[in-house]
Amino acid sequence: MTPGLPQSPVAEVPVAALGRLMPMFLWLGAQGDIRAVGPTLAKVCGGNAALVGRPFGEHFLIASPHQASAADPMPDLAGKRLHLALRQKPGTGLRGLAVPVGPAAQGGVLFNLSFGVGINEAVRDHGLTDTDFAPTELAMELLYLQEAKAAVMSELLALNARLQAAQRAAEAQALSDPLTGLANRRALELELARTVAEAARDGAGFALAHIDLDHFKAVNDTHGHAAGDRVLVHTANMLRAEARRSDLVARVGGDEFVLLLRGAIEPLALQALGERVIARLEVPVDFEGAPCRISASIGIALSHCYDPPDVDRMATDADAALYEAKRFGRGLCIVRSTGARGGAPAPAVATAPPPAAPPLSD
Amino acid sequence: MHGLINRSIQHFLCKTYGAALWQAVAEAASVPAEGFEAMLPYDDALTFAMLDAAAGRLNKPRAALLEDCGAFLVSLEPVRRLLRFGGVDYADFLASLNELPARGRMALPELDLPSLTVTAEPDGQLLLRVQGQVPGWGLVLAGLLRAVADDYGALALIDRVPLDDEQDLVTVHLLDESHASGRRFDLALPVAS
Repeated sequence: MTPGLPQSPVAEVPVAALGRLMPMFLWLGAQGDIRAVGPTLAKVCGGNAALVGRPFGEHFLIASPHQASAADPMPDLAGKRLHLALRQKPGTGLRGLAVPVGPAAQGGVLFNLSFGVGINEAVRDHGLTDTDFAPTELAMELLYLQEAKAAVMSELLALNARLQAAQRAAEAQALSDPLTGLANRRALELELARTVAEAARDGAGFALAHIDLDHFKAVNDTHGHAAGDRVLVHTANMLRAEARRSDLVARVGGDEFVLLLRGAIEPLALQALGERVIARLEVPVDFEGAPCRISASIGIALSHCYDPPDVDRMATDADAALYEAKRFGRGLCIVRSTGARGGAPAPAVATAPPPAAPPLSD
Repeated sequence: MHGLINRSIQHFLCKTYGAALWQAVAEAASVPAEGFEAMLPYDDALTFAMLDAAAGRLNKPRAALLEDCGAFLVSLEPVRRLLRFGGVDYADFLASLNELPARGRMALPELDLPSLTVTAEPDGQLLLRVQGQVPGWGLVLAGLLRAVADDYGALALIDRVPLDDEQDLVTVHLLDESHASGRRFDLALPVAS
């Protein structure tokens, strides 16, 4: 007994008033028979008539404490926190406390119950309203909070979706060349880093083709920048068409392009590809009735010539091959099929045939 | 101002006066092209620029616009439902208005709603003292309270008396608690079909 509390019982409260104070009370007689219930509990259990006079165990299951028996709940329940379930609707859980009534619980046991976390389902399943809850209960606040939270969450989810879309767009913008829509240098570097890591992991080969347009400056000077742009877009479209899905085409400078070709490709096949690209680029592009003539020089390096694959050295060697092609008279493709293994410097050896065609002129 | 408030005004202007009016207002007030985000904060000045631009274009006093905006809020089902959690009937709802800012914070801790003090006059009239960081809340509240009265089916006379820049007095005279049938409100959300 708590010290300082009066020992005498609280004044008798009529059942109807008790129901208003605790709409979910349950009063069991000393024999475990239901003597009275609060209006909300009655509503949930199918009405007063179905309950009063019936044994407790006919309507309620005791979920905890586990050792308590629904057949004779008296001795075990008084004074304990407990969880009950409805026999008719096992989904509706109840929680609360029971206290003895009268000396030695001769007047039975009085329960005060509530729905606890299952309040949402209880409100929905039993059509409960504001007046079914005691004003002291935080039921309304809980329901309110749940709806407010749902509204806020849906706003946040929508915001996240919009931010994510904006981020994707910004990323795509940051990684592509606005004129041609090809990948830019940054995108190429990211892709190269990934490709090299893959190559180091599973030995997948790849080739790097550096492409530099020939006579592009002449097109710009003669026909203007719009014509130059037309030629660049045409080149981009042609390279895209020649590349496979797994390849990457990048524009890395004014008239410089890079093809990242995945897979172990034979030098001869690369040579053929390079020559095809050059032949297609040499077909004049029409700009407002004027034919714009260009060509290209290409230098290609293969990853399997390096152990381990080294992007920087591959790029240097592809560039060296490209300048060699330029030196040999432009409109040429040179494939480096020997590289450096174990870190030895790469000899500048060209395997391409010497230039057969005279240098192009404007 | 909280994005939720700005977005409510945007939504109100767009729904009531059309997308073209909103576009013109947004442009005049330098509102971000994609409109307001409900969950981001904005500068207060932007809210007033938007209201002034709308009032100018509609040739309508800003006060009338704010009252209409208050009423519009109640036409949004989620807002209506959250408000109806405030009471079983209109009198009960009015009595709970003291708690409105706390309820607002419960939903969104950073939502800075004005403080409300409700007092009852001997003749039964309710006096609501509205104190916010910015002027105009009394107008929004007056419009909102009229719409909520309709929602409950109650008949009430509601007026707003400006006290100073940051304070308004809203008077509520409840004439008939059950004047009309009002709109239904179930605690449980209707199941989405």
